[in-house]
Amino acid sequence: MLGLAIEIPYWGQSLLRVLGGIVAVLLPAGTIVYLFLFKMMSFMQSRLGPMEAGPYGSMQLFAEVGKWLQKEDIAPEAADVRIFKMAPIIVLVSTFLLVAVVPFGPDAYFTNFEVGVFYALAVGSVSVIGILIAGWASANKYSLLGGLRAAGQLIAYELPMVLAVVGVVIQAGTMNLQGIVVAQNTGEIFGFAGIGFPFVITQFVGFIIFMIAVQAELTQAPFDMPIAESELVSGYMTEYSGFRFLMFFIGEFATAGVFAFIASVLFLGGWGIPFAWFGWEGLADVPNWMNVAGPLIMFAKMLLLTFIIMWVRFSYPRFREDQLQTFAWKILIPVSLLNIAVTAIIKVAV
Amino acid sequence: MTVTVAAVLAADGINIAKNVGFGIIAFGMVFAALCVVSTRNIVHAALWLVVVLGGVAAQYILAGAEFVAVSQVLVYIGAVMVLFLFGIMLTRAKIGSDEGMFNDGWALGIPVAALLFGLLGWVIIDYAGDDVIANQTPTPTVMLSDAYLGPFLIPFLALTFVLLAAAIGAIVIARKD
Repeated sequence: MLGLAIEIPYWGQSLLRVLGGIVAVLLPAGTIVYLFLFKMMSFMQSRLGPMEAGPYGSMQLFAEVGKWLQKEDIAPEAADVRIFKMAPIIVLVSTFLLVAVVPFGPDAYFTNFEVGVFYALAVGSVSVIGILIAGWASANKYSLLGGLRAAGQLIAYELPMVLAVVGVVIQAGTMNLQGIVVAQNTGEIFGFAGIGFPFVITQFVGFIIFMIAVQAELTQAPFDMPIAESELVSGYMTEYSGFRFLMFFIGEFATAGVFAFIASVLFLGGWGIPFAWFGWEGLADVPNWMNVAGPLIMFAKMLLLTFIIMWVRFSYPRFREDQLQTFAWKILIPVSLLNIAVTAIIKVAV
Repeated sequence: MTVTVAAVLAADGINIAKNVGFGIIAFGMVFAALCVVSTRNIVHAALWLVVVLGGVAAQYILAGAEFVAVSQVLVYIGAVMVLFLFGIMLTRAKIGSDEGMFNDGWALGIPVAALLFGLLGWVIIDYAGDDVIANQTPTPTVMLSDAYLGPFLIPFLALTFVLLAAAIGAIVIARKD
């Protein structure tokens, strides 16, 4: 984004970064909702899905957003109104903060943070507070139960997520996301540099654990116990209407997109193509056109990963609460600890 | 006038923007901390505490300690505060103001806080004096890990035993059989 021939003042750069951040969050969210939630789900259920608004219903999203925006903004009488209104903002803001460290090209990043991965995991965990207080402030038993279930689930699945990332960090030798991209695209497999060295090959266990944890963090089925619409009437979101519900809705799918971005950076090589193709030695040799191609590559990888997330969502029934906790604490966490141990031993030995 | 003051400060190597930022964040933290102890709703108190802890993370960023700042967010906001809220909501979490939020010894907290403030202030002034602390650049995380696994390995291992003791204590309390 920067490093162009034009000199942009600092306020201009900041403005561009904010605009870029909004695009990087909302564009994937809209694409996921239309492509997967509307069309793929309909296809899997042998129906057409939205067809009226625009060609193949492509304008349906705008119709939906318009509908939500004009609905009345209601808060229950017994609710703690200020906190009730604050909760969806916390959830959405944590998503926007998350995208700040994702690199989209050699110069196309919002900030090149030294401890990028760690930051992403930390900021991702803040949204739990928004969900908890949304459930509490609604003054509704279903909402409170949903909020508590969500908190219990998110805490349980945050651990395997953090631990799964540690394997990648050990292998790359850096927590900087840009550094992790470069490490994968300059790597060689037994002297063969044709496909670089995407960490999904050696960290396949980590990748699977990470994607399962993402599924749980997003409360997508089979991990949708907290919002279970048939028993909890959407849990912590029950009392929300109008644009506050829209914020939760956007937050859910935008977070799916951003986590898919992060997963593709960690495991699938990020924005890069194997540097050996064009004989680039390092980050400094990568030409400027990668700043245009990089975001497109990232977008394609994001779509692939969110396709898997949605595919699983539409295919599996819901876990029971005890199965869900057992799965995290007794299977995912021990396996990811083992993965760290093995990765560290191999890293030192080889 | 302000321009000359700024010029003098800048000539001494004082980063004005950082100091202003520190002041604003510190003011917000003190205000939030007072709200934690004076609010009449326990969930509100916990949320004000989130603001205080977030302020601490922001101060770490200003001081160039990125890793510590992110750890602060992950551990205190993402885990400890979530567990606090979780525990409160499982037990007592009325909406509206709550009776019995203050215990009888609340006045005792004021001299303790004053004493602690004096002690910390004295330590900092004794350490730095009139020196201007050089403009901090972010500390590379590699330096931190080298320090942990090198000269500070023994204290680091000793600290892990504290955590182990806490974990064992939690299991002893939680197990009924």
